[in-house]
Amino acid sequence: MHPAVRRVTRHLTRHIDGLLLGLVLALMVAGLLILFSASNGNVARVSAQLANMVIALGVLWVFANIPPHFLLRLAFPVYLVGVLLLVAVALAGEVSHGARRWLDVGITRIQPSELMKIAVPLAMAWYFNRHEAGLRLWNYAVAVVMLLLPVALIARQPDLGTALLITASGFFVMFLAGLPWRIIGGSAVAGLVAAPFAWSLLHDYQRQRILTLIDPTQDPLGAGYHTIQSTIAVGSGGLLGKGWMSGTQTHLDFIPERTTDFVFAVFAEEFGLIGNIVLLLLLLLVVSRGLLIAAAAPSLFARLLAGAITLTFFTYVFVNMGMVSGILPVVGVPLPLISYGGTALVSICLGFGILMSIATHKKLIPT
Amino acid sequence: MPELSINPGVEIRNAQLETHHFKVRLSLAFGFALVLSALLLARFAYLQVVRHEDLQTLAEANRISVVPVPPNRGIITDRNGVVLAHNYSAYTLEIQPREIEDIDGLIDRVSTLVEIGPRDRRRFKRLMEESKRVGSLPIRTRLSDEEIARFAAQRYRFPGVEINARLFRQYPQGELFSHVVGYIGRINQRELDRLEADDDAANYRGTDYIGKTGLELSYERLLHGSTGIEEVEVDSGGRAVRTLSRTPPMSGHNLILNIDAGLQEVAYNAIGGRRGALVAIDPTTGGVLAFVSKPGFDPNLFVDGIDPLNWHELNNSPDRPLLNRALSGTYPPGSTFKPFMALAALSLGRRTPEQAIQDPGFFSFGGRIFHDDKVGGHGMVDMYKSIVKSCDTYYYVLANDLGIDAISRFMGSIGFGGRTGIDITGEAAGVLPSRQWKQRRFKEKWYPGETISIGIGQGYNSYTPLQLAAAIATLANDGVMYRPHVVDYVEDSRKAERRPIEPKPVRTLDLDPRHIAVVKQALIGVNEEGTGSRAFAKAGYVSAGKTGTSQVVALKAGVKYVESKVKERFRDHALFVAYAPADRPRIALAVVVENAGFGSRSAAPVARKVLDYYLLGRAPANAPLRVRKDGSDASGG
Repeated sequence: MHPAVRRVTRHLTRHIDGLLLGLVLALMVAGLLILFSASNGNVARVSAQLANMVIALGVLWVFANIPPHFLLRLAFPVYLVGVLLLVAVALAGEVSHGARRWLDVGITRIQPSELMKIAVPLAMAWYFNRHEAGLRLWNYAVAVVMLLLPVALIARQPDLGTALLITASGFFVMFLAGLPWRIIGGSAVAGLVAAPFAWSLLHDYQRQRILTLIDPTQDPLGAGYHTIQSTIAVGSGGLLGKGWMSGTQTHLDFIPERTTDFVFAVFAEEFGLIGNIVLLLLLLLVVSRGLLIAAAAPSLFARLLAGAITLTFFTYVFVNMGMVSGILPVVGVPLPLISYGGTALVSICLGFGILMSIATHKKLIPT
Repeated sequence: MPELSINPGVEIRNAQLETHHFKVRLSLAFGFALVLSALLLARFAYLQVVRHEDLQTLAEANRISVVPVPPNRGIITDRNGVVLAHNYSAYTLEIQPREIEDIDGLIDRVSTLVEIGPRDRRRFKRLMEESKRVGSLPIRTRLSDEEIARFAAQRYRFPGVEINARLFRQYPQGELFSHVVGYIGRINQRELDRLEADDDAANYRGTDYIGKTGLELSYERLLHGSTGIEEVEVDSGGRAVRTLSRTPPMSGHNLILNIDAGLQEVAYNAIGGRRGALVAIDPTTGGVLAFVSKPGFDPNLFVDGIDPLNWHELNNSPDRPLLNRALSGTYPPGSTFKPFMALAALSLGRRTPEQAIQDPGFFSFGGRIFHDDKVGGHGMVDMYKSIVKSCDTYYYVLANDLGIDAISRFMGSIGFGGRTGIDITGEAAGVLPSRQWKQRRFKEKWYPGETISIGIGQGYNSYTPLQLAAAIATLANDGVMYRPHVVDYVEDSRKAERRPIEPKPVRTLDLDPRHIAVVKQALIGVNEEGTGSRAFAKAGYVSAGKTGTSQVVALKAGVKYVESKVKERFRDHALFVAYAPADRPRIALAVVVENAGFGSRSAAPVARKVLDYYLLGRAPANAPLRVRKDGSDASGG
């Protein structure tokens, strides 16, 4: 290789974590393969996803090259803008499929709740970093308010899945920041007590999803249909699966949302238990790598952010797989890097970009 | 840069402690993630290993739909291949009532594209009320190509309405064979229950119709055939994607009858505008050559569910067209009973042929006078003359001499009062009077005076035309009795294999051939010089016959009286039994013409036309036959 090319390459990949990128690319390839099958060989759809991936990788590269202290400065303003946008959605958002999630900003429609997925942990990490010297209990109370304000707005849209995921990411930040165990235990008890009250606040379709989870056969053609058919798909895959492009549940259209939220049902049907184990291992390797990056991060902000991003990624994985295999209710959570869809892909890769930035910038920060 | 603190060591230790705390939390979180991952793996293993077979089955059940392929119903033809029942394929407009709220509105809208008459609407309403099965019901059949095209273009506007190609049953001979072939109709709940009880329900999946009357009913099992199965891969919308396997249906068997459609038509026309019945049998086999009950009805009306107007008309007509007179109408045999009485007297040794009585024109018994038809009587009457001239007094005396027990025993052996076992369902047994019967029926003992009129075929005597025909056929065949059967053979169309319905001798009566000869001689005399001589003048063959006239004492219960017709309906029924040629009988028949008066005048000429046609191939000049002998049509549908 020409030295100049080598120099340029080295410069371009300076902030790229090779292991993490390798894992992400492997998962993306798996995602394209399964999308090809799930869409009945729809080349246009696979190409669209490929384009999404290129964009997402671009975003990953950009964020990998943004030093963490720059993010630290941006954290709170981004959070504020996000909350304002959510308020704007609540006041003047567009309704689609019974939910008010979109905001028309003239040139395009944006979904501020997506932005909050990264803005909330970012802002909370910023907040804890700011009060690093001596964290008091009221600091956690402020953090909870920072978390619950956007969560409440998003839950009202309603978008329960996103609200829960953001709650999880915020909780991860607080947990890693040393939230006292007595508070955690106390909240758990309070949560149990408040559950009946929360139940009364849920929308009918949300209750239905939970009820259907407990007994999917209750409504086999309605709300329970998704769970029943995806469970059948997973189970009928058996140990080795029916083979790529050979899943009957998939190709005869029994699996709903089979390129997006339920793509894992297609994977499990066609590649079986062995395939599931390999996929889960790959995903856990991503988690391990992310947590190692967090453990080695130079500042509290970087540690908290890296940890929360990684754990939120795992939460996506667990909620999606749990939903497809019928142990969690049907909430609209995609399987990261595998499910079709540009928005989720970009926000996940943005997270990985931040991870890589944290992993590669620590020696470069002037102290 | 943070300000220098007073005790930098503490600050550094704090930072280290914090990092340590962070790493503990991180490890805990990772541990929790591993636990959750293990939970997922356990769930995968449970679904994909433990419940794999079970869920695999469900996936297959999802994927595979078993579609029944109904067989073609067997075709019914006469002995010469004239089609009596066949199938034709036609497009029908069908509606799934369960999917539609405003049916009338829908029909109105559809009727702008496809003509839907008031009759179609009425029939559809009736079908809807009767049908418990889910599925589509036909509202219009035999759509024209233009109607199909018009509807297809607008299809999207009418969910729940579809056009289907279906096979329909058709009876080209209409009412001529209505009481023989019967008809099919949509399966009702009772029939469905019975099919389930007989484990036949699976074979009727996909079949909407079943035999209701006549041969369609009695040969249902053979006519129906066996349903094929198509395993189709379907998608979640239930659309067939491809066929995985196919077991073809096996068409029902074809029935080829002994009946000659030409003969049937001759008999039908010969009865004219009156009500009546005629059964003709080949005495040497029991094969039924003609089986007429008049009036008939158009069985095609029933195939798709009869509309209420037609149903009401058929059901309430004073002529009772739905009654199968030949099979289940019962009549006193009148004087056609006399040859059998004579045979009984000879067999039981109570009379010799030569033994004669002096007939004064009446017989008195127990203070009652029993009159002969002929005022003043027939003079000296021996057995031959008693039959030829139909002398009542001879049989009053004879009945009294024989007694009711001997009469009912002997008549029972010839088949009177018992079902012949013909292969059409619904046969009536009639009434053969006896002490036991009267005790059972009226809880009363038998009075000897009641025996007297039994001798001339009146009193409690009541038999079906079929029984009379079977009895005269048995006599014609010298006492060898065959079970009457309409179907000659059953044809397996797939293997082109013919399975004849074997002539089945029921029994051979223990009769002295000389006694039979005496009675037969007298029956020939009837047509040569007796009550049948006018009707059989100049016949080209020697025939044997006996006239009868039966009194209409009372109409059966359930018949509505129509004022203007009451008088006519009290008139006597005319009867005639006959067989020919007398030496080697090929056909035996019984005919009843209701309220037509004397048998010699009204029934014997019917018999003459039938025998002429059968033996001489001579069709009555004034009535050209409608039936075509067209075997090429036999494969129809």
